[in-house]
Amino acid sequence: MPAKKSPSRPSARELLFGDLWEFDPAPESAPASIDDRYGLFIGGKMVAPKSKKYFDSISPRDGKKLSEIAQANAADVDAAYQAAAHAFKSWSKLPGKERGKYLFRIARLLQDRSREFAVAETLDGGKPIRESRDFDLPMAAAHFFYHAGWADKLDYVAPGRSLAPLGVIGQVIPWNFPLLMLAWKIAPALATGNTVVLKPAETTSVTAMKFASILTDAGLPPGVVNIVTGAGETGAAVVNHPLAAKIAFTGSTEVGRIIQRALATTDKRLTLELGGKAANIVFEDAPLDQAVEGIVNGIFFNQGHVCCAGSRLLVQESIATEILARLKRRIAVLRVGDPLDKNTDIGAINSKEQLTRIQQLVQSGVDEGAEIHQPACKLPKSGFYFPPTVFSNVTQSQRIANEEIFGPVLSILTFRTPEEAIEKANNTPYGLSAGVWTDKGSRILMMASKLKAGVVWANTYNKFDPSSPFGGYKESGFGREGGKHGLLDYASLQ
Amino acid sequence: MIARSSRNLCRLLEEVGPVDAVGIEERVAKYATRSIKKDSKLFALRLAVTMVDLTTLEGKDTPGKVASLCRKALCPHDAPDIPQVAAVCVYPSMVKHAARHVKGTPVRIASVATAFPSGQAPLKTRLAEVRQAVADGADEIDMVINRGAFLEGELARVQDEIAAVVEACGDAILKVILETSELETYDHIRAASFLAMRVIRPGDFIKTSTGKTSSNATLGNNQVMLDAIRDHFLATGVEIAMKPAGGIRTAKQAIQFLIAVKETLGDHWLNNRRYRFGASSLLNDLLRQLETQRTGAYQAPWTFSEDSGAY
Repeated sequence: MPAKKSPSRPSARELLFGDLWEFDPAPESAPASIDDRYGLFIGGKMVAPKSKKYFDSISPRDGKKLSEIAQANAADVDAAYQAAAHAFKSWSKLPGKERGKYLFRIARLLQDRSREFAVAETLDGGKPIRESRDFDLPMAAAHFFYHAGWADKLDYVAPGRSLAPLGVIGQVIPWNFPLLMLAWKIAPALATGNTVVLKPAETTSVTAMKFASILTDAGLPPGVVNIVTGAGETGAAVVNHPLAAKIAFTGSTEVGRIIQRALATTDKRLTLELGGKAANIVFEDAPLDQAVEGIVNGIFFNQGHVCCAGSRLLVQESIATEILARLKRRIAVLRVGDPLDKNTDIGAINSKEQLTRIQQLVQSGVDEGAEIHQPACKLPKSGFYFPPTVFSNVTQSQRIANEEIFGPVLSILTFRTPEEAIEKANNTPYGLSAGVWTDKGSRILMMASKLKAGVVWANTYNKFDPSSPFGGYKESGFGREGGKHGLLDYASLQ
Repeated sequence: MIARSSRNLCRLLEEVGPVDAVGIEERVAKYATRSIKKDSKLFALRLAVTMVDLTTLEGKDTPGKVASLCRKALCPHDAPDIPQVAAVCVYPSMVKHAARHVKGTPVRIASVATAFPSGQAPLKTRLAEVRQAVADGADEIDMVINRGAFLEGELARVQDEIAAVVEACGDAILKVILETSELETYDHIRAASFLAMRVIRPGDFIKTSTGKTSSNATLGNNQVMLDAIRDHFLATGVEIAMKPAGGIRTAKQAIQFLIAVKETLGDHWLNNRRYRFGASSLLNDLLRQLETQRTGAYQAPWTFSEDSGAY
């Protein structure tokens, strides 16, 4: 049969991703069971804040109020620390096997209620339900399972030595993976016999407060985990409390600096997991379609709200045009919109504040002469949304090549030789992660040894496992989370 | 001789680029998470019915069996608005029997040929089989490639044989079966796709498998071939069609394959001139789902006529 030239084809040799077969809305309908108002979780009980103040939690999906969150003041934080210090006396003496049982119970309860938590996470944070259902919840449960297994094996972590808990751990977590970051923090702390005062991010406190009910259902002794909510001041109270034996922080480099300064004259331990501006390096022999898939996964996963996002794409010059063309074709079929829709690939930007920041940085990219590419996609009218954005012709000196955007914005730079790729990749104050795409195994090993990044992914991107330590170099922080290395950051070697 | 041949394969692999198995499987896993509801589901189910090559390829096929297959193809179900399938697919000896029932209707006759499924017969015999099937009334020929020659590195021979079959087809559409399970790797599947696409005509097909080996069409090998079709189209402007065959038994699976087409090749491939399913039991599951959408209840399996075997 001869090829029929269709008159409706837009231009020669371009594919038509049109509306012949539109997908109907497929919203996730499971109830999220979100309370109108949440208190603080201190000493095993939900209590009203001594400050008597509450603030609104906004759903970025539609910009509407979702719940009211308690604003903890210094007195509330002190109460939480007192409860944690009291609980530490018996919790730290509990045999590891017994602590493990609690962690296993928490993991199973999370699995039981994973659908409900996934919906709550999506409503509260704006990430697509596909991701909260298939990534955040299973990974959070996996972290509890993994560390439950460690709890009774601490004598075998380092040959001939044992691990002792540190005391009360103050933990401050970010808004990009609210429940998963909570799991990353709480699971190793409890496995090693510490007790916890945790502060979730002010825009995403809902799943942390829901998690308190899991702790209650698991019968965790009162005070072992305390959750206080609030903004920067609450965070400062958590960090500066004299009872804290260690502070674990995940968030921006700017706040990380303030914390490190505040702890400078104390004997508190500190781990920081901060920002990143990861290089995703594609060599000319790479499997192109899979590299494009990895690039998309690297930068558009969770709307780019990922500290290890592959936001700087380094492409070998000989394939730069080809990669850009493929990338544009791929993002043309990404579905941007209501995060509760099961077909949504890119959901809502976490907050209005973050949206403004992304818009400003994208404008700077345009002003500084980079070429912008965005697919034609309809964004919902209410709520906070930003289309997937790719910049080509980016140079090292532009803001979009240096600053962490924390949004669905990719900057494409080119290189000619492996040496140049390494130089450009390491030419950043950050060092959290990197990606290498090549069909040549020896080149992967060479690149991995020369890239100054805590994680180097080869022919894949954004892969996580509880047994694999995660953390950065330089301004991306220090300390590791996950694996044996992560345990050692929550214990002292005896 | 052998050294030169093996370099041929290397050169082709290098030219068309590699495929990363982990990456491709991750990509296609996303198709399975798409949730297709209501009108979009009805559209997909109807579209899938029109794309079915209703197939019977058994040693025990008889003119009677082919007659009932043809009847099913023309009238899949007595509910209103059920479209006809694209074609019936039979062995060459059954073409003239099928012709009696479907000639003059929109349902086309596809015949496997070229010593299907192994292809292990002299080229002369294979070409003669193609000519006979076309003479008997076949509108479409499903050929198998010479996998032995491919793996041996005799790529020119593989390609020349395909070209010879194209010529023997005359006006009939050609579908080139790569038999993906015997090529084994995604790299080979991609290379073989290009080998075929470079000598077939616009509107001819590349097809995954014969349905006679342990593993048949998967979302993974379907994706590799769709990617190859896209790359070939963008480079040459030639539109090649695609047919996954074997192993697609449920409507749910078929919809996932269609999502792959929608997101890889776009709207111009969402029709039965550009995409087909080689299947038989799939049809009744599609009908069952269509009836479920229409009536709101699952109908018992025996309310749908069983006129095709399992494939």
